[in-house]
Amino acid sequence: MNIELTSADRAFRDEVRTFLATSLPPDIKRRVENGLELGREDYASWHRILYEKGWVAPGWPVDHGGTGWTPMQRYLYDEETAAASAPRIMPFGVNMVGPVIFTFGNSAQKDHYLPRILSGEDWWCQGYSEPGAGSDLANLRTRAVRDGDVYVVNGQKTWTTSAQWADHIFCLVRTDPDAAKPQQGISFLLIDMRSPGIEVKPIITIDGGHEVNDVFFEDVRVPVENLVGEENRGWTYAKFLLSFERAGIADVGRSKKQLAGLKRIAAAELSNGRPLSEDDRFREKIASLEIDLLALEYTELRALSRQTSGKEPGTEANILKIRGTEIQQRITELALEAVGTYANPYVPEALKDGWNEEPIGPEYAAGVAPRYFNWRKASIYGGSNEIQKGIVAKLVLEL
Amino acid sequence: MDLSYSEDHTLLSESIARFIQNDYDFETRSRIAASDLGFDPGVWQQFADLGWLAIPFSEDEGGLGADPVSVMILMERFGRGLVLEPYVPSILLGGRLIAVAGGAEQRSRHLGALIAGKIQLAFGHGEPGGRYALAHVATRAEGGAGGFTLSGQKAVVHNAEAADFIIVSARSSGEVRAQEGISLFLVPRRTPGLTVRPYRTVDGLRAAELVLEGVQVGEDALLGEEGGAYQAIEAVTDQAVAAVCSEAVGVMDLLRETTLEYLKTRQQFGRPLGAFQVLQHRAVDMLIACEEARSLALMATLSLDKTVTERRRAVSAAKARIGNAGRKVGQEAVQLHGGMGVTDELKVGHYFKRLTMIDTFFGDAAHHLDRFAGNA
Ligand SMILES: Cc1cc2nc3c(=O)[nH]c(=O)nc-3n(C[C@H](O)[C@H](O)[C@H](O)COP(=O)(O)OP(=O)(O)OC[C@H]3O[C@@H](n4cnc5c(N)ncnc54)[C@H](O)[C@@H]3O)c2cc1C
Repeated sequence: MNIELTSADRAFRDEVRTFLATSLPPDIKRRVENGLELGREDYASWHRILYEKGWVAPGWPVDHGGTGWTPMQRYLYDEETAAASAPRIMPFGVNMVGPVIFTFGNSAQKDHYLPRILSGEDWWCQGYSEPGAGSDLANLRTRAVRDGDVYVVNGQKTWTTSAQWADHIFCLVRTDPDAAKPQQGISFLLIDMRSPGIEVKPIITIDGGHEVNDVFFEDVRVPVENLVGEENRGWTYAKFLLSFERAGIADVGRSKKQLAGLKRIAAAELSNGRPLSEDDRFREKIASLEIDLLALEYTELRALSRQTSGKEPGTEANILKIRGTEIQQRITELALEAVGTYANPYVPEALKDGWNEEPIGPEYAAGVAPRYFNWRKASIYGGSNEIQKGIVAKLVLEL
Repeated sequence: MDLSYSEDHTLLSESIARFIQNDYDFETRSRIAASDLGFDPGVWQQFADLGWLAIPFSEDEGGLGADPVSVMILMERFGRGLVLEPYVPSILLGGRLIAVAGGAEQRSRHLGALIAGKIQLAFGHGEPGGRYALAHVATRAEGGAGGFTLSGQKAVVHNAEAADFIIVSARSSGEVRAQEGISLFLVPRRTPGLTVRPYRTVDGLRAAELVLEGVQVGEDALLGEEGGAYQAIEAVTDQAVAAVCSEAVGVMDLLRETTLEYLKTRQQFGRPLGAFQVLQHRAVDMLIACEEARSLALMATLSLDKTVTERRRAVSAAKARIGNAGRKVGQEAVQLHGGMGVTDELKVGHYFKRLTMIDTFFGDAAHHLDRFAGNA
């Protein structure tokens, strides 16, 4: 056993660092660094750069365009991109539908969709949740009825992240309403967002942002060749995909970056004439959070080490999701405490690049409260933390 | 000891509840929040006509001579209704400072107009870098022939843009955080040299940054003795903090009830969310937090006329606990609503945001825990 990185891993990390230093566009980096809004084009151009480098889909098999990295290399890569303030790669294509297609899709689907996901030509969104089917996803009602060589889709999806930007949506739809169990009558369909009968309506979140949407389907005609795998087997594919979604959600690298930002705020804020970072009580709060993050990091590293030695990933994905999101939320909470009364001003323009009026209060303050409010989502999405605990209780503890 | 409401208290509570129900539903409130002014002058006049603006003032001051419990009741109801009108900055801070620190002339000139709903006030006290230290005043007051010159900055001053007068604290002597040397000045908002930079706040209110550059005021602008305002500032802000604790109790109650209703109606897995024991316990924890908050807000209110040490302890106990309990209740209300909880459309998020910002009002939980510990 050895806590040091191997020299090969260190060399890999240096390679990633050098690449990031030379290839990440400075204006995008600045926006990420300062918590400013990112537009579709920011994500798209970074995606293209990674695509050209061949690094856009490290988790994919090499023959589909993956990198062939070890789990440790992937971990280091995630950590370095977060540290460099690179934007995240939108997960819906690369991390979600891509793996479903290369695992369960037919060769026509693989040939058509996978290269377009890699190149960034196609943007995807995830149509799982519905008003009546959140935690209880199997309760979904959106219907797909076979009519010759199309499915006719009717229903509503909700909370669909970046539907306003997407070219395609992958949907769970009900194809057999009479199946013995609700999980059994579900299919996995790929739907073009430009199909007639689709309407996207924004949902504004508590911070005033627009990242999620309602998506309505009225007699949307979807070619049968857009069915992934077998009809009525969609639940299997959906669960496969969820395990991918949860793994990335710990986001240790990004939390390290945010923690560093919190420390900078604490050093700039004053308490009785001294930096807040020197206030014993506040220091202890940060220290305690940092210990939480170390525990998360080493839990993830242990999981990686097991994976490297060929063992099946266990339920650590659930644990990483629970603790990862709690830590992300705690960082936003302490930042809120640190900025004090300057959490109050609501200046959404200040979060747009190019706003060059004098800031209200310290420059870093504008995004702090919106971020705290917005980040409440982290314990809700991707399977709420209550649901994660339920899974661990059932599958690990066998309660 | 008797901790039950008198008949007058019950009547007051019911009349405010009726007002919220009939005239201040959530849609009305959202419309008012989106308006330029950020509150409704018609509603403010209604408050005046109903006598609510007179509640915290004695009969001598032109008020009703009601007790602090009446303020508690009013603020709790305002919390439940998420009322935007500037009762705290105008009445509980501005008005009470004039009542406590001002001379007879100033009181008679301004309080009548305030209580009648004719003028608005604000209190410009906190400063950039001051955090929550109440004696932190770097703004300078230089005495000269016939008056004073004020220079400095004030941070996050609620209701400043609408105010006819802003009460500004400034220092004529002493170190930045010394209690001695602070004076209060009644500054007309349109005084040359005073720049008001207004903005909306994340909880739908209005506030502003103030810059004072050589602001000239006459001797009659001084409220109370030069350099001796700290005690009045502390007493008035303690009263306002106790009142805001009651507002928080109203906000928390509404969040708790709304969440409970949701647990009873939202179905997942073929049953209401409230059927899951883990969520039942969370709902019970919310109830406990609300009950404790209510207990401490009451204790603080009933301690406002005790010795200074008792008052400080009680107010800080309430504010510290309500800061933490409010965070918990707000976060849980959002969490238990699932995705709905993070939408702008639902009430929940708006109550959550107000509750979050209440923690920053004249000292957060950490500040008041420290103050409590220091007043054993
Ligand atoms: C910002 C954001 C982005 C999202 N993006 C997407 C997306 O792109 N695509 C998509 O399909 N979905 C998306 N979602 C939806 C997300 O997956 C759901 O919100 C989530 O599954 C919870 O469902 P719900 O909102 O209906 O809450 P509910 O299921 O109604 O849950 C309400 C509360 O009850 C708890 N609860 C429910 N059942 C149980 C139980 N059995 N035991 C204990 N507690 C329970 C929950 O944990 C939660 O606290 C997003 C959500 C958010 C907030």
